Amino acid sequence: MLRVSLREISAALKEGRVSPTELCQRCLSFIKATQFLNAYITIAEETALKQAEESEERYRGGQILGDLDGIPVAVKDNFSTAGIETTCASNMLKGYIPPYSATVVQKLLDQGAVLLGKTNLDEFAMGSGSTDGIFGPVRNPWSYSRQYREKSVQNSHTENEDANWLVTGGSSGGSAAAVSSFTCFAALGSDTGGSTRNPAAHCGVVGLKPTYGLISRHGLIPLVNSMDVPGILTRCVDDAAIVLGVLAGHDPKDSTTVQDPFKPFELTSFIDASKLCIGIPKEYHAPGLSSETLALWSKAADLFENAGAKVMEVSLPHTRYSIICYHVLCTAEVASNMARFDGLEYGHRSSMDKSTEVMYAATRREGFNDVVRGRILSGNYFLLKQNYETYFVKAQKVRRLIANDFVNVFRSGIDVLLTPTTLSDTVPYVEFIKEDNRTRSAQDDIFTQAANMAGLPAITVPTALSEKGLPIGLQFIGRAFQEQQLLTVAKWFEKQVKFPMIQLQEMMDHGHTICHHQKSAFFS
Amino acid sequence: MAASILRRSLLAPRCRAGDVAALHSGPSRRRAQAPGPIASGRKTVKSPAGERGVAPWVAVVGLEIHAQISSNSKLFSGSQVQFAAPPNSLVSFFDASLPGTLPALNRRCVEAAVMTGLALNCSINKKSLFDRKHYFYADLPAGYQITQQRLPVAVNGSLSYSLCVGGKKNQMVTRTVRIKQIQLEQDSGKSLHDDTRSQTLIDLNRAGVGLMEVVMEPDMSSGEEAAAAVRELQLILQTLGSSQAIMAEGQLRVDANVSVHHPGEALGVRTEVKNINSARFLARAIDYEIQRQIKELENGGTVINETRAFDYKLGCTIPMRDKEGKQDYRFMPEPNFPPLILYDTKSLPASTNHQQVVNIDWIRERLPDLPSVRRVKLVEQYGILPEHSFTLLNEDGLMEFFENVARQTQMSAKKVIGWILNDMLGYLKQHNLTVQESPVSSLFLADLLNLLERGTISSSAAKQVLEELWKGEGKTPLQIVKEKKLELIQDQQELEQICQAVMEEHQEEVMEIKKGNPKVLNKLIGLVQRTTRGRADPVLVKQILEKRLSQ
Repeated sequence: MLRVSLREISAALKEGRVSPTELCQRCLSFIKATQFLNAYITIAEETALKQAEESEERYRGGQILGDLDGIPVAVKDNFSTAGIETTCASNMLKGYIPPYSATVVQKLLDQGAVLLGKTNLDEFAMGSGSTDGIFGPVRNPWSYSRQYREKSVQNSHTENEDANWLVTGGSSGGSAAAVSSFTCFAALGSDTGGSTRNPAAHCGVVGLKPTYGLISRHGLIPLVNSMDVPGILTRCVDDAAIVLGVLAGHDPKDSTTVQDPFKPFELTSFIDASKLCIGIPKEYHAPGLSSETLALWSKAADLFENAGAKVMEVSLPHTRYSIICYHVLCTAEVASNMARFDGLEYGHRSSMDKSTEVMYAATRREGFNDVVRGRILSGNYFLLKQNYETYFVKAQKVRRLIANDFVNVFRSGIDVLLTPTTLSDTVPYVEFIKEDNRTRSAQDDIFTQAANMAGLPAITVPTALSEKGLPIGLQFIGRAFQEQQLLTVAKWFEKQVKFPMIQLQEMMDHGHTICHHQKSAFFS
Repeated sequence: MAASILRRSLLAPRCRAGDVAALHSGPSRRRAQAPGPIASGRKTVKSPAGERGVAPWVAVVGLEIHAQISSNSKLFSGSQVQFAAPPNSLVSFFDASLPGTLPALNRRCVEAAVMTGLALNCSINKKSLFDRKHYFYADLPAGYQITQQRLPVAVNGSLSYSLCVGGKKNQMVTRTVRIKQIQLEQDSGKSLHDDTRSQTLIDLNRAGVGLMEVVMEPDMSSGEEAAAAVRELQLILQTLGSSQAIMAEGQLRVDANVSVHHPGEALGVRTEVKNINSARFLARAIDYEIQRQIKELENGGTVINETRAFDYKLGCTIPMRDKEGKQDYRFMPEPNFPPLILYDTKSLPASTNHQQVVNIDWIRERLPDLPSVRRVKLVEQYGILPEHSFTLLNEDGLMEFFENVARQTQMSAKKVIGWILNDMLGYLKQHNLTVQESPVSSLFLADLLNLLERGTISSSAAKQVLEELWKGEGKTPLQIVKEKKLELIQDQQELEQICQAVMEEHQEEVMEIKKGNPKVLNKLIGLVQRTTRGRADPVLVKQILEKRLSQ
């Protein structure tokens, strides 16, 4: 029952085949059974059950609020949730309970959704592995899938099979793992440079980053205001469209949301491929791209071509400058956004209080991890009067060029761009941490951050399993505010590739052993 | 507090020009303002060592003025704006910089800035931008202030102001200062330092209130000029309603950039005198700083580029503790706003929601008469002296009071102004009252002046009635006249008898006059008035006395 799509479970709820409370309880117990994944930071059991009860009342009275009524969802722990701790996986906000909810969270609740809990991430969403938060790394459910286990048993002779567990990607790894392991039907992530699409690709789920300005950022604790977009993680493209329909639209609390009214849409199953023009940006043949992913990318292009679509190689000439400019702009805004964490109004406050300045310094030293402090430091460097023109202004100019690259390509008649989402499938944690956060982020955001620089909508669709039995996703980038077209293409593609469902029987066993183990340890 | 400053301003000698200037008549000002030779159109300042024949010093003064916008809510949040509310009672999540909150621009604040820009002859930028200015301070919760560093809402304006010059301060001149820009920005909160407990308490009520920073070019050369310019700006803001501009409530805060140099030479190193929050001390603080720099230079020292504060108690400027040394504010565009776009009637898109746009032309058409225009109108309409028009505008509510009286009386405005400026203002200043607090309403004063004008009472009786009216007992002037029997004695015979009696009692004086000393006649007239308690028509008394003396 938990493995079905949002659309299907919604139908089941409406038909009375399952009650919201029953559904919520099942999800909650599944969350507990899979706690070793570390996908959730906070489980809001009490409020979730209360919300489910209220939903049940509405179903009984035949007065449901919308398609999401009674549907269990999860939200990344960098969205403010009234009354529920919101930590950003940082010591700085440990124990911080916001007095208000982010607009997107409120919209979910207003539709009757049941908020199960807050999902894990890299501290302040800075990272591409979901490995760098104070609550520890998130484990990729595929580590425990039959598909991966069967292959790795052949290749590896490690005694402790658990040592090879895989990272989810990041920074919305908790949300991706939650959707992938069937503990919720949809989850919110945030996407600044690929933080929704990267873990979605690694966890075999759909990850949508909408156009900048389509969805309110109010209440999303910012990484980079000019690039952050709330992201949507679901099991299929249709589900993403449903959630988008709920979230999109102008918010007076976010001046960067567009005023044009947004009309929720349903996706058609059929497209006239002959009218479609797919662009393959040649600059995305980047160093480090795995041969498997490259081959899959080619096959996908062929798929469109065979269906009658026009597939063209296109050029986005400034792509290679993108990641470095992203780094400059990102750290600069980080330096600015993090200035508010001084221990005075909320969050962590150091006990060192000899003077206000000493308190500031100690608070920030204790509250932030090395990654955050490193980005603050470099961001402030770029913003210094003597460096501002050389770094920040220049990066902004290049950002404009990158955005113009896309404008030119779309103007030339391309409808949607097809690219890889990541260089390869995911890697074991022990491999991942051999490189530092900065190097990892630069590699892992390579195909995704340009869409953030340009503000364009992009979606990753799980496409196939690698030789190791791990998911590989491909990315579609669309025209600004043309989500309907983008998702229609993505849905058609999804239907063609028939990505296999994760087989988690073994994970449940694993979870059971761990629980058992913990218990016995407790009693011993 | 606010009222007390206004009241003090009423204490000023009734100068013909910007009364603020007159406020500051302290010893230091007189020293600084000693007239010196004129060089390159600027007033030069005689230095303490000027007698030695050294080239005169010229002071250069520029101002940065923060005016709090008069609006119901803050610049970027819906919190209320209110002075002296309980601490931290007007703080939204955004004001406290809770993570995830975003600014939403208050249209009223933009309109106030546009209005002010238009009134100061600025060009309004149809596109302006917001920036973040970073520094750590306890009353700046976000760690940065949102301001307009790169492209402010208004630029390139000017402000004309007048002040009294000359040895007797009786000559009025008009000067102009260029306005570099007006930028919108957030106010900070307030830190209250509790030294005994070594604690700092933070009140965020003010955090996020809208400010207009008005940057005046260094076109002034003395504290008096600066004070006059600030006073004129204050009147303009109050007329527009864009700021209440009450200095005592911190709604108008002045930073002054001051330097001195010899005419023809390069400008000197400047200091910044920060946070001059009192009208009383504005000129004095600047003039002190000018004198300090001159002394410093003449003693062979140097002026260093620093920030100084004016100490009201000591009456001098002192260097401000600036631990971090030179601040790098790491300016950055505010990413949570698209550019602020303003329209005029021509560029206004047809399908716009008028609630969401600011139309410059619409604001321009609705600008009220500015103080300068009001003064000209007063002079033209009532035939009063230009300096009187300044006094009328400088006192809050006085112009309205005057106009009300003038409208309700048959007395000529030229005579009315004397009663307003001498009698009424004199009384108010003596008792530290504002015009609004005056116990005598414009209606009663008009009634009184009508009694005088119709010849019902004499002018000295009128003053007696006014004395009664100040008591504020609610009696009408006519009631008082009746009660005190102050009507003019109309009966010719009665007057003749009184005059006869006075002459008989003062034979000596009568002899004097008859000997050919007509000046003594006035004494006799006075004696008659005393006898009648001012109820005799002085003209008539004079006629009767003259007639009888010549007999």
